[in-house]
Amino acid sequence: MSTTAELLKGAAELFPDEVVTSAHVRHLDLPFGAGRFALITLDNGFDHTKPTTFGPQSLANLDKAIDQVEAEAAAGDIVGVGITGKPFIFAVGADLKGVELLKEHKDALAIGKGGHEVFKRLAALAVPTFAYYNGAAMGGGVEVGLHCKYRTVSKALPAFSLPEVFLGLVPGWGGCTILPNLIGADKAVQVIIENSLNQNKQLKGQQVFDLGIADAIFEGADFLEQSLIWTAQVLKGDVEVERPVIDRGEAWDQAVAKGRFIADGKVHGAAPAAYRALDIIAAAKNGDLQQGYDAEDKALADLIMGGELRSGIYAFNLVQKRGKRPAGAPDKNLARPVTKVGVVGAGLMASQLALLFLRRLEVPVVLTDIDQERVDKGVGYVHAEIDKLLGKGRINQDKANRLKALVTGVLDKAEGFADADFIIEAVFEEIGVKQQVFAEVEAVAPAHAIFATNTSSLSVSEMASKLKNPERVVGFHFFNPVAVLPLLEIVRGEKTDDASLATAFAVAKKLKKTAVLTKDAPAFVVNRILTRFMGEIQNVIDEGTPVEVAEKAVEPLGLPMSPLVLLELVGPAIGLHVSETLNRAFPDRFTVSPNLAAVVKAGKRGFYVYDSGKPELDPEVAALLKQGDVVLTEEQVRDRVLDAVAQEIGLMLDEGVVAEAQDIDLCLITGAGWPFHLGGITPYLDREGVSERVNGKKFLAPGVASVPA
Amino acid sequence: MPRTVRDVVFVDGVRTPFGKAGPKGIYHETRADDLVVKAIRELLRRNPGLDPKKIDEVAIAATTQIGDQGLTIGRTAGILAGLPQSVPGYSIDRMCAGALTAVTTVAGSIAFGAYDAVIAGGVEHMGRHPMGEGVDPNPRFVSEKLVDESALFMGMTAENLHDRYPHITKQRADEYAVRSQEKAAKAYANGKIQADLVPVSVRRTNPEAGETGWGLVTADEPMRPGTTLENLSGLKTPFRVHGRVTAGNAAGLNDGATASIIASEDFARENNLPVKMRLVSYAFAGVEPEVMGYGPIPATEKALAKAGLSIEDINLFEINEAFAVQVLAFLDHYGIADDDERVNQYGGAIAFGHPLASSGVRLMTQLARQFEEQPEVRYGLTTMCVGFGMGATVIWENPNHKDAGGDK
Repeated sequence: MSTTAELLKGAAELFPDEVVTSAHVRHLDLPFGAGRFALITLDNGFDHTKPTTFGPQSLANLDKAIDQVEAEAAAGDIVGVGITGKPFIFAVGADLKGVELLKEHKDALAIGKGGHEVFKRLAALAVPTFAYYNGAAMGGGVEVGLHCKYRTVSKALPAFSLPEVFLGLVPGWGGCTILPNLIGADKAVQVIIENSLNQNKQLKGQQVFDLGIADAIFEGADFLEQSLIWTAQVLKGDVEVERPVIDRGEAWDQAVAKGRFIADGKVHGAAPAAYRALDIIAAAKNGDLQQGYDAEDKALADLIMGGELRSGIYAFNLVQKRGKRPAGAPDKNLARPVTKVGVVGAGLMASQLALLFLRRLEVPVVLTDIDQERVDKGVGYVHAEIDKLLGKGRINQDKANRLKALVTGVLDKAEGFADADFIIEAVFEEIGVKQQVFAEVEAVAPAHAIFATNTSSLSVSEMASKLKNPERVVGFHFFNPVAVLPLLEIVRGEKTDDASLATAFAVAKKLKKTAVLTKDAPAFVVNRILTRFMGEIQNVIDEGTPVEVAEKAVEPLGLPMSPLVLLELVGPAIGLHVSETLNRAFPDRFTVSPNLAAVVKAGKRGFYVYDSGKPELDPEVAALLKQGDVVLTEEQVRDRVLDAVAQEIGLMLDEGVVAEAQDIDLCLITGAGWPFHLGGITPYLDREGVSERVNGKKFLAPGVASVPA
Repeated sequence: MPRTVRDVVFVDGVRTPFGKAGPKGIYHETRADDLVVKAIRELLRRNPGLDPKKIDEVAIAATTQIGDQGLTIGRTAGILAGLPQSVPGYSIDRMCAGALTAVTTVAGSIAFGAYDAVIAGGVEHMGRHPMGEGVDPNPRFVSEKLVDESALFMGMTAENLHDRYPHITKQRADEYAVRSQEKAAKAYANGKIQADLVPVSVRRTNPEAGETGWGLVTADEPMRPGTTLENLSGLKTPFRVHGRVTAGNAAGLNDGATASIIASEDFARENNLPVKMRLVSYAFAGVEPEVMGYGPIPATEKALAKAGLSIEDINLFEINEAFAVQVLAFLDHYGIADDDERVNQYGGAIAFGHPLASSGVRLMTQLARQFEEQPEVRYGLTTMCVGFGMGATVIWENPNHKDAGGDK
């Protein structure tokens, strides 16, 4: 048995549930009498909904296929070897489930080495090798092709990426080393770092070709035929493949520096993957592939054993799986059809909701408000947004006509809502107003209609309490900007029945939102945690810590923006309002900052001015601040803030606000943009020891978002 | 408004290699519409002078127009092949003469002035759509004895033809079949066939059928080079006990697609497209359904009469070999020898296969090659028999001939 086979056998034993990919070898006669050719097809035996991946047994299968073609090549029986995928899928890389199971550094190292050893054999064959990227290619899928001498790509290929850095890994089966040597460091940094950190942006076939990753591009309709014809031409010397010379001078260093700048902007040094990848790209400048592969193995093993990757995979699974099958949602068969939507209010939020419902449900949406001017403005907003979509080519004229015809505005609720199935309110955040609105709606709406409220902090149960049918009311809390943030907190009131809840989840799914079920608790999930987090920052500032120290204290978390910049985005007045609400509910933990109140009172929209291009404390705000004399260090601030967050989450789980810590993390990722490398937040609190310090236990069992015990 | 009938030409034709129908066949896991798409795309690649926007119609024939051969395959294949959405398409059915009818139908429209350039072809995936799939013959056919019960079974109609012409023996049919295989093998060896084939990528997931994964088909699967009389003499006669028709002297059950560009001669010349054949006349004829193999004879009579030609003027024949007996009946009728070298020079369907509605364009593509090689020949014909008692014939002029285009 070869060392590779041994390595893989060991790994395979750790991963008995692998979905195994076969590597079929089939022979064919190339056109133009170019000779006999061996084509390897990677196929896991399922259709395109289960993409082909590489686990240890899959790699062993490829290794075996290479045994066969290696012997044939050596014997002169074949003139070349190709590799392609099943319909619509080339291969999407390492099987993450297998990565999660790894417990020891040596096993992680074996996975890296195993992949390298197998893929390197392709490059070492006695005949030319060709990769045909026929469909989705990611990670190890991309990398197996990089080890071939030539590559073609389908114009129909929808997704191509090296997503490792996005998850917390490095492209470790040759990606970091070969790609910069193939297309130059600048383009490689774009693919490996920039795209990955840009929410895992995917390349399309044309871009793969334009970047120089593929040598030829063919249309999807006869991609493989044309690739094989091209192969025959290359082998016969009728087509010469030319590649640009790589700039190995200063441009290489500049590309790596640019990569570091991008990484700093995204993760602020808080996650190691991008930096490890950049180190390898930097070293690849000398063209020494083996040295690069060794560095990849080391980086891969270190990262697999580190918390950021485990958090990254955990976060990825939350978004991809839990986000699509919400915990605690009732049987979806109970959901009622929604054929018309009513929106109470025609302000900005209401108009945004109307647009979203319109685009996703494509049913009549009717807006109401207290005067014609507001109604007209709301409908006008929706029409203008539709025109923008039309202008950008996102929809065609027919669709624009259809959507515009579906949105109407009326003053009379009876006229607008008499046949509406789902009515959502987005009126002023005041319980009396909302109760009044629902009472009016109940008088005119059909008995089966669901009433949804977009409240961010009021009690759904209280809002429903005065209705004849309180069981029809659900909380439906969106996050701003509605079109960008995926989260939708679905709130079950005391009396909400299963049919209403099921309908709310069905609508959420059609809206393409990530729905999380929460109890009717003050400020639900995201706003409660963010307010506690911000409150603690505000507290230390009020007590005397300089603003910049408080801000810098949480930088190592790598959050999308600093606390005070976030406050500016939300609006200080709204921040203050939510803190007041939570202060009423939990006065022992939530404070109302007098400094924030002063800033709001002064009509300031934020703490900073940007005259110099960078945020600087607004002197007018500085003049308003009344601080104490307790000055904390960054570390002390960070501990205090994280302790507060850990305590709050612990209490929320005790109260049953959501089913599990996983739902908290899913909310923070999709509703507040908290990063994958933190896993939301609880994996980070666990690995930094905060959970145990505050609550005496971890939030998650070992292995859930960490190296298994 | 004044109208002039326009000359219609065969610009170019291609086909997929033909496969054997059934679970072990090369196309078992390949869709019929994809076969058509590959052929259309190859035609466009070979004829860059044809601006796809100028294609006026896509006429695709299929006998069983359901599933991947349904949904108005002329239209769907056009979209799948990447033709502009402005190019329309439709479906044609005349069973075995589907593609031939696609060509004549569009030719009539071109002559009339409705079209300038058209894609015409056919497809039959007899593995995915076995003969007779979904048919529902009216019971009156039998109760009122409108046709004999054997009329629906092509092999039986071939046996009936042997009955009508007792001098066409099994021996003669087998000898003809052996020659067809020999000629086809020779045509392959001389590279006459491959030039008009489009390679097709095929997937196989069933290991019992051979190596699995993606492969590439570049040659006809049904061919049996080296077939001898001895090989054929022992074959079963599945349609009748002690019959004469066997799998060896008939075309098989096959999968494949063809496509051609048919255009007005003026259009072809203006756009620098090749003019491989000029349409002279065409005709269809009906005969008793239970001897459908007789069909080419009256169809050819009609086509000759319309052209003002006699059989002596025809010096190349492409006759579809559904059954050897049907070819022999035709040759006997015109007093042509079984081994006349003007007939099926490259071999025929007995060797290449006969995916029903696709075959007509294969005959034309082969005749066009022969015209190119033999400029001394002025006229040739393509003819085939059709289920339910029909024959179809198209007469072509060789533009390479010195008198071409002039009076006869």
